[in-house]
Amino acid sequence: METFIHAYSWIDIRFLLQGLWVTIYVSLISIALSFIVGLFLGLIRYMDIKKFRISAIVGFIIDLIRNLPLLLIIFFTYFGLPQLGIVTNPVTASIIALVIFEGAMLAEIVRSGISSIDPGQMEGARSNGMTFGQAMFHVVLPQALHNMIPALLSQFVSLVKDTSLATIIVLPELLYHAQIIYSQNTTYLIPMYVIIAIMYFIVCFCLSLTASYLQKRFQN
Amino acid sequence: MWQIITNNWSAFLMGFWNTILCSIIALFFSLILGVIFALLEVAPPKFGRVIARIYVEIFRNIPLLVIVMIFYLIVPRFIVKLSGFQAGTIGLTLYTSAFIAETVKSGINSIGEGQMEGARSNGMTYIQAMRYVILPQAMKIVIPPLGNQFVNLIKNSSVLAFVAGFDLMYQAQIIAFATLKTIDTYVVVGLFYLILTMPLSYYMRYLEKKFAN
Amino acid sequence: MRKNKRIILLVVSLLLVLTLSACKKDEGNTYQQVKRDDAITWGIRADTRLFGLTIIRTGKIEGFEVDLAQALTKQMLGKKAKANFVTTTANTRIPLLKNHNIDAVLATMTITPEREKQVTFTKPYFPAGSSLLVPKSSKITSVRQLNDQTVLAVKGTTAVDDVHKFAPKARVLQYDDYGQAMSALKAGQGVALTTDNGILAGIAQENPGYKLVGGVYVNAPYGIAVNKGQKQMVEHLNQALAELKANGIYQKLLDKWFKGIPGFNVKEMN
Repeated sequence: METFIHAYSWIDIRFLLQGLWVTIYVSLISIALSFIVGLFLGLIRYMDIKKFRISAIVGFIIDLIRNLPLLLIIFFTYFGLPQLGIVTNPVTASIIALVIFEGAMLAEIVRSGISSIDPGQMEGARSNGMTFGQAMFHVVLPQALHNMIPALLSQFVSLVKDTSLATIIVLPELLYHAQIIYSQNTTYLIPMYVIIAIMYFIVCFCLSLTASYLQKRFQN
Repeated sequence: MWQIITNNWSAFLMGFWNTILCSIIALFFSLILGVIFALLEVAPPKFGRVIARIYVEIFRNIPLLVIVMIFYLIVPRFIVKLSGFQAGTIGLTLYTSAFIAETVKSGINSIGEGQMEGARSNGMTYIQAMRYVILPQAMKIVIPPLGNQFVNLIKNSSVLAFVAGFDLMYQAQIIAFATLKTIDTYVVVGLFYLILTMPLSYYMRYLEKKFAN
Repeated sequence: MRKNKRIILLVVSLLLVLTLSACKKDEGNTYQQVKRDDAITWGIRADTRLFGLTIIRTGKIEGFEVDLAQALTKQMLGKKAKANFVTTTANTRIPLLKNHNIDAVLATMTITPEREKQVTFTKPYFPAGSSLLVPKSSKITSVRQLNDQTVLAVKGTTAVDDVHKFAPKARVLQYDDYGQAMSALKAGQGVALTTDNGILAGIAQENPGYKLVGGVYVNAPYGIAVNKGQKQMVEHLNQALAELKANGIYQKLLDKWFKGIPGFNVKEMN
């Protein structure tokens, strides 16, 4: 018990909170960007653009990314992008990797979400004089997004958890900071894992709660 | 790039084999655990429901890497010695089982109350009705989403690299260091992963379409 | 029409590949670049006591190599020059150097012939050597006893080859950094942790239940690594290092970090 009290000294907690902040910061940016990317790619894939076989090519790239481990994509962005002249640091490399990976996962959710809407809706809106874009953004997409909320949010929860993988390229996030603390004082091993498990749980659980709250609100 | 493959063939193969082995073991046990917790969650007793809920929420909201680290660094000190491969596989099993429990639960819920009532009024017990009427239908519905969980499981098995589990990703890191051809090595490893995951996810998409009609 | 589209597609993708490969940074001259920027970006460690360790209270990295990097930067480029630091691990430092994320690696990096194919080293700045760390109760006294045992090491170090020279049947498990490797040793995942004596001395200092055994079984002096063929950079680094040794700053840094650490004679290291 005494170990726990010592381990949770203000200095250690502050250090962990700094890590937690990086986790949240990287997660929020990645969630925002990957949502935009996912929406865009999902639409392209759904629209089945025949010109230059765009949809087919985009679809294949999405499938490739979806079927690779995130860890590998993190390595590619950290070690590979600089070879193309884009110098990355752990923060940008992690964000780019997360946006690529989660963007592809979200694109698939968006595609199946739009597909689940009755095609009659689109036809109805078009026959009322709307353009494809208007019908998509004012009629089909809002309904589709509503259906997608649970899947989207659980993907966002995954994203938050996945930031922990970036310890491998020394992103100074929560798990990495905990590892620094317990590697300097190994008696803190258990207290550290207890508290970071709780911290991750709180962040992710809050996201899950938001999901069910949003869903209920939309239903009314 | 070809040289990397030929020079390190046995290392790649060992990693490939360990990734497959870990995935299959984890899939088997997480299916069993997942179905058990799903059944607990839909069954009438409140106690079981609470337990299942807590289990699912814990393992869904904590990063896999943290779970695996706990099994690798803490459990061996107090309970039982676990190698990196074992700790990784156990962590992966528990983590995936929570997702499978959620999937199976929603499958069971989608079957509808009427079926259960019908089976019960024909003299079946709750367990019989679940076993012979509800579960077989539910499992059929959830096969595509379960397949996606399996793809995720294979990808997630790369956390074994953190605990010296000798999986594909671990071998990749070692080879990348030894040859200092970082990108080429990771491209090769990416191909190995795609060999496992690509056919599976295309098959699942095919099944999804088939069931939808 | 269809054919035309295919040709356009082909041309576009070819152009894309060409621009991407053209973007590939040309090698350039590291010395001219650091002189122009008046700053050197060093790859250092953050998990190694005495060499480079994150101080939890401040979040800053402190250690012998950090101080040495500061001193070298000022010696080379003048008092106002800035030393920037990027945390590396053993398995990220060479890719980062090749990718120009960092200008030089000062991160407990042993000079080996294999690495010299990829990077260029300065003269040694620290006379390290491989050794073993075991629990105090352990019966192991030499690296030769490690046959059929599990040994722990860090990815991207020379430890695997070194151990196998003396104990060919040893099983080696490798981790991403020393913190993880030491945690694994404490969890009983292996019987010994092997790496350079300087690093192990730092670990032993903070873990009283552990001791160094077996002496130095392979000499592994550390050098500063720069990108392959950066002769001018290496010459200036060597010169700065010699100057630091001559004016006593190097000795002062050695004393600051290694005086009183068991197994080190700071006088002998010069």
